[in-house]
Parts: sequence; C-alpha cells; structure tokens
Amino acid sequence: MNPGLSEWSFFAEHRAEILAATLDHVALVVIAMVIAILIAIPLGMFIVQRPALRAVSIGIANIFQTIPSLALFGFLIPIPLIGGIGRRTAIVALVLYALLPILRNTYVGLSSIDPAVLEAAEAMGMTQAQILYRVRFPLALAVILAGIRTATVITIGIGTIAAAIGAGGLGTFIFRGVALVSDSLILAGAIPAALLALIADFLLGRLERRLKAV
Amino acid sequence: MIAKREDFSGNLIEFCDVSYRINDIVGREVISAVSLAVPLGETLVLLGRSGSGKTTLLRLINAMLLPSQGRVMVQGRRTVEWDPIRLRRGIGYVIQEAGLFPHFTVAENVALVPTLEKWERERTTLRINEMLRLVGLEPSEFAERRPRELSGGQRQRVGVARALAADPPILLMDEPFGALDPVTRAELQREFRSLAQRLRKTIVFVTHDLREALMLASRIVLLEAGRIVAVAAPREFLHVDHPEVRAFAASLETSPGASA
Repeated sequence: MNPGLSEWSFFAEHRAEILAATLDHVALVVIAMVIAILIAIPLGMFIVQRPALRAVSIGIANIFQTIPSLALFGFLIPIPLIGGIGRRTAIVALVLYALLPILRNTYVGLSSIDPAVLEAAEAMGMTQAQILYRVRFPLALAVILAGIRTATVITIGIGTIAAAIGAGGLGTFIFRGVALVSDSLILAGAIPAALLALIADFLLGRLERRLKAV
Repeated sequence: MIAKREDFSGNLIEFCDVSYRINDIVGREVISAVSLAVPLGETLVLLGRSGSGKTTLLRLINAMLLPSQGRVMVQGRRTVEWDPIRLRRGIGYVIQEAGLFPHFTVAENVALVPTLEKWERERTTLRINEMLRLVGLEPSEFAERRPRELSGGQRQRVGVARALAADPPILLMDEPFGALDPVTRAELQREFRSLAQRLRKTIVFVTHDLREALMLASRIVLLEAGRIVAVAAPREFLHVDHPEVRAFAASLETSPGASA
C-alpha cells in the first residue's frame, strides 16, 4: 500500500481535516498520558515498600493489558459515569493501557538502586521519605521515563481504535477507509499516527538518554 | 545529633549482654551474649571471618538493627530509646563501596548531613572544602565532579569526608578499604591512621584483615560465630592463646606480600 500520486493529492486536498484529526489525536493521547502518569508514578512509589500490594496492583494492570483493545472500549460503554459513547470513555481505556508500562518501570526503577547507596543513605540519617524523593526517585527517573515512552507509543496506536466509540482522532479516517474500501482514507489516518509515534519515541528517547548520563 | 559533651566520662558505646537473632523469636543467633565497652577516642577494630557477626555488631550501634536481647547504649542511652534519625546523624558511616550518591557531585555528597541538618550555605561550603582537603582532595579540582569520574581510592576518600562532615563524635567503618587495590589500600590505611590520631574520634572499624587490624587498632576484638573470643591491644594480640587467634596469625604468614 505505498501511497501513490492519487494518495498524495488526496492528502493535499484534505490536509485541513487531517491536521484537525491529528491535533484531536494528540489531545486524546496527552490527556490519557497525564492521567496515567499521575496515577502510575505515585502508585509505583507507594508499592515499593509494600510487597503484598505490589503483586496485586501490577497483576491488575497486567490484566488490562491483555484485554483486546476493541473489547475494552466495548466493555466500558455500558459503565455509568466513566462509560458511554465519546471521548471520556476512550480516555479511560487509554489510561488503563498506559498504566502498566509506567507502573512497572516506576517500581523496577525505584527498587533496583545500588544497595550500598541505600545503606549509606539510611545510615547517614535520611528518613524514608528523604531516601525516596532525594535518592530513589532521581536515580529511577530514566527507567520511569522509558516506561512513559513505551506507554505513549502504545497509546498513540490504540488511540486510533477510540474512533470506534466516537472519540474522534486519526482512527476516524481509518474506520471510514475500511468501510469504504479506500486506501487513501486508511493511509490518511495511519501515516500521521505512525509519524506521531515515531516523533514521540524519538523525543522521549532523547530525554531519557540525557537523564541516564547523570 | 549527639550532644557534644566534652565532660562525657562514660563509655561512648556500650554493649551489655547483647544477642541478635534474625527472626526475633526462633531465628539463628548472629550475635550471642556480647558485652563490650568503647571509651572515648578509641579505635576499636572488630576482626573476624565472613559471617562472624562483625557487621551486625556495627549496625547495632547506629540502630540499623536493634538487639533481640540485652542493651546497646550510645552515650549512655539505649539505641531503642534514641530517635534513629538523630542518632545516625551523629555517627559517621563508611562502607566498602563508599555508597556515594551517583546523581550528586562530590561536594553535594560531602554536604549530605550538613544539608539534612539545614546548615547555612556558607558554613556548608567552608566545611566541604575543609573536609576534602582533610582527605587529600583539592576542592577546586574535585568538588564539582561526579562519583563515576573518580577512582576507587578517591571515591573512598569522599566517603570518609562525607562521614566526617557534620563532625560526629563516632565513626563506623565497615571494611572501607576492602575493595581497593593493595597499593591504594596501604596508602589510605596510612593516611587514615594519622587522620584518626589527629581527629580523636571514637572509631569502630570492621575488617577481616589482621594486618589492617594491627596497623589501625588501639584495641582488637576478635569475633567467631557471633561471640567475642579475644580482646587485646595490637601488640599483645598475637600472643593470645586461642585457636581462632592462631588461625588469623597463620594468615599473616601465608598471605602474599606478608613482608609489609
């Protein structure tokens, strides 16, 4: 399905709509990621000291990951408050998908600190909170960011399916293209989505490397 | 922070019939019925094989561990009664791999306890420079480096500077020179001996190296399977009649480069 001349002229003709859908898509992903980060990082910090909660919460996040995305969107529709047709439901589903990579990396990053560093921190009279915020967290940041990066790329991809429940975004073109058997329409959704994923991966990867250098 | 009472005449650290079990009720005894007093200004070396309980004994002093039985006293007060944070900020701690914070500069590492204690910035800076010079590192060259830009010996020097920064009366050292190459180790041992004499700190030093113990100690305590089997000044230590002392003495003769 290499885009030929007809596709390019199609893109040129519809560039305003494609741009609008792309911005919609970015908004969907950014909102979902912000919420997922705000849940997963504090949760990860919380479970580092609590082995019992750790297995349960990572297990639950794991289950969300295994539900096929179209099915998860379907399941959420009948649920009151968070469900229904539209963006809100889509954001909830995307958050559920993004949780696991961030939560797992937060936990792994925080718990794989050099034991000598932690021993020194404790022995020099740092409180558990000081050890968490001044030692564990800064040292885990690169690993946490790697989780955010994975989650962002996943969310951009799964975000296209959100169009199935009327959430807008680049998936709108893809679903319409499948219905009308139009390669041009499918590509109008798929190419910007792929580019978004590559750009996000590249930018977050650069940030991650900079943090690792410390 | 441990109050600096110059008139403090008792023992700075005291173990009274202390036992420590890993699982408090049924676990194996790591430390059994240890009684020991460390007076002000002493450099006490805890000597023993791996697993003899010397590190456990050290960690009982700064309340990283609490005794299953008996009392551990620091400045006349039981460690269970101390606020562990306050207790530890008055006790310097140096470990084998130094345990420097990799995301801090050398200066920030040294300033750890002064920062926690909210010293004024100027006082902290002066203290950082003073400490770095004390351990033989020129501040203008080293203060802004990260630990990964240092050699093993330099890292360990920073570890000592960090432990001494808030001027604690007690210094705990757990095989601080164990991971260094022999030449660097000998260098740091020599410097540390003169440093210890000048600073008049009360030091508890853990090692499995008899030569190091003989060189640095004002008194050597030999541990075997969690019990004290010999206590002696370095010059008398080799004459103590005990199988474990003879085993360590034999290690002196057979270890490579024992001519030192």
